[in-house]
Amino acid sequence: MSRALVRRETVSGYLFMLPCLIFFLGFVIYPMVQCIVTSFFDSTMNRDDIFIGLGNYAELFQDKIFLGALRNTVIIVIVSVPVVCIFSLWVSSVLYDLSGPLCSLFRCVFYLPVVTGSVAVTVVWKWMFNNYYGIFNYLGKNAGLIDKNINWLGDERFALGCIILILLTTSVGQPIVLYVSALGNVDQALVEAAEVDGATRLQVFWKIKWPQIKPTTLYILVITTINSFQCFALIQLLTSGGPNHSTDTIMYYIYYNAFKLYRYGYGNAMGVVLAIIIAVLSAIQFKASKSD
Amino acid sequence: MKINRHSCYKVIAILIIVIMAIAFAFPLYWIITGSFKTAKAINATTPQWWPSEWVLDNYQKLFSRQSAPLWELKIPLIKAAFRGPKVPAALRWLVNTVFMAVASMLLTCATSAMAGYALAKKRFIGRTVVFSLIVCAMALPKQVILIPLIREMSSLHMYNTIWAVILPIVGWPFGVFLIKQFSEGIPGEMLEAARIDGASEWKTFSTIALPMLKPGIGALAIFTFINSWNDYFMQLIMLSSTENLTISLGIAKLQAENSIDFGLIMAGAAVAAVPIIIVFIIFQKYFTKGITMGAVKG
Repeated sequence: MSRALVRRETVSGYLFMLPCLIFFLGFVIYPMVQCIVTSFFDSTMNRDDIFIGLGNYAELFQDKIFLGALRNTVIIVIVSVPVVCIFSLWVSSVLYDLSGPLCSLFRCVFYLPVVTGSVAVTVVWKWMFNNYYGIFNYLGKNAGLIDKNINWLGDERFALGCIILILLTTSVGQPIVLYVSALGNVDQALVEAAEVDGATRLQVFWKIKWPQIKPTTLYILVITTINSFQCFALIQLLTSGGPNHSTDTIMYYIYYNAFKLYRYGYGNAMGVVLAIIIAVLSAIQFKASKSD
Repeated sequence: MKINRHSCYKVIAILIIVIMAIAFAFPLYWIITGSFKTAKAINATTPQWWPSEWVLDNYQKLFSRQSAPLWELKIPLIKAAFRGPKVPAALRWLVNTVFMAVASMLLTCATSAMAGYALAKKRFIGRTVVFSLIVCAMALPKQVILIPLIREMSSLHMYNTIWAVILPIVGWPFGVFLIKQFSEGIPGEMLEAARIDGASEWKTFSTIALPMLKPGIGALAIFTFINSWNDYFMQLIMLSSTENLTISLGIAKLQAENSIDFGLIMAGAAVAAVPIIIVFIIFQKYFTKGITMGAVKG
């Protein structure tokens, strides 16, 4: 390309990018940089920030509540990511064989909890889990599974499990849509050739379909991991991290520090740690899927 | 024999999926029927699976609480404000939510269409740097930036206004990524031909690229609309006074104030959820496309 053309392309390219860059740099990149910078400061309302170096980070790893929140977050991720991936792959493999309208009907139903919105979903689950008026206690008692009412969300033994259950129902919608479309894109000629050669259905799946839907699986793994790490609305509306911090997650604890304790620097340090954890996990998932 | 075993598996699988689907649809069913139940039916220890008596009490209660002007237009320079007639606060929340979702949608589509096109079709210096920055930002949880965002918005005097919710949504680069993927499909020769004919850059974009990007923009529009409607987190941290709330936030507040009046809360949840579900069902095709296109190259 000639120099003049390069100049013209650069100028027009940036002019086209300009509106987007204003928003992107102003409301995404600038706060991210600020987040890293203030994590080295003792920062709160109505007072100048004080530089304390790695002080926030040092405190973080001695903070029992933070470590508990980290543990809960890890539990949520470890349980929900594999369940979401396997369940949605299985559902999609069944749906994919169904006729068009039926397939989109089911896909739509599994997507409903996502569209309904986290607040509406959460308040109805809160009612269903309620100690006195909830249907879970009613059903459990009638089926003979429990002999007296359980305060599901107020009991340290059950609260986190209930939250994971709700999270699962709001997480499988998108993976199912993705898998159904990925399975539809699998090269049919290969599948037929394998069937002619007498491959079993399981063999066809593992040897032919699986390699072709692997990029989709990677994407689903990454987004589900990020979503599970971000689990917030459920916690804030259902339990506020209680009882006794048993359902705190990192996201909720960041919010708690910012809005209840006004410890901005400390909250930002947690944000940085969370971002590093997610980046490392995504990199591992990416590497693992590339290696074989 | 083999075929038999397979069809047997298929029947059982479909049966399980039907049961799961009922379980997935149940919360929504429970919201809607619950919102029409009497207080007695709601507080019964034996649940009423189908309301024996349909009443509008809960909706009446929802729309008789608090009041706020229907709309408010502030003009910064002359410090004047125009306000609409007084209406129930829940109605104002709906107006706020619709305004927020539509504004986010329009701004996101406009900025992303231009930027995505440029990233795919312009060979400018620094293109790879900008694109890597976008991909990296997308992989990070956006809640990480909440504290700096709050401080930024309050220094811009936008804290507790609907714009504090809209601007970060527009800044989120998913749309750029989506449109870039879509723009790769525009044949370069067509753009080249337009340039040789002497069309300006803007004209090339608006008459050749834009019509070809329409399906992609449609998908992005519906995707942004639904996501911003449901983006509770950003609304929660940015909005506080009664007249500025969105519908989700209003329901969350109702719930915090009367945690056991489930009828009232279900009415609120229905008002928040039903419009967006209708939008989703109407535009489902575009929406599905938006999700799958974004994943083509994750």
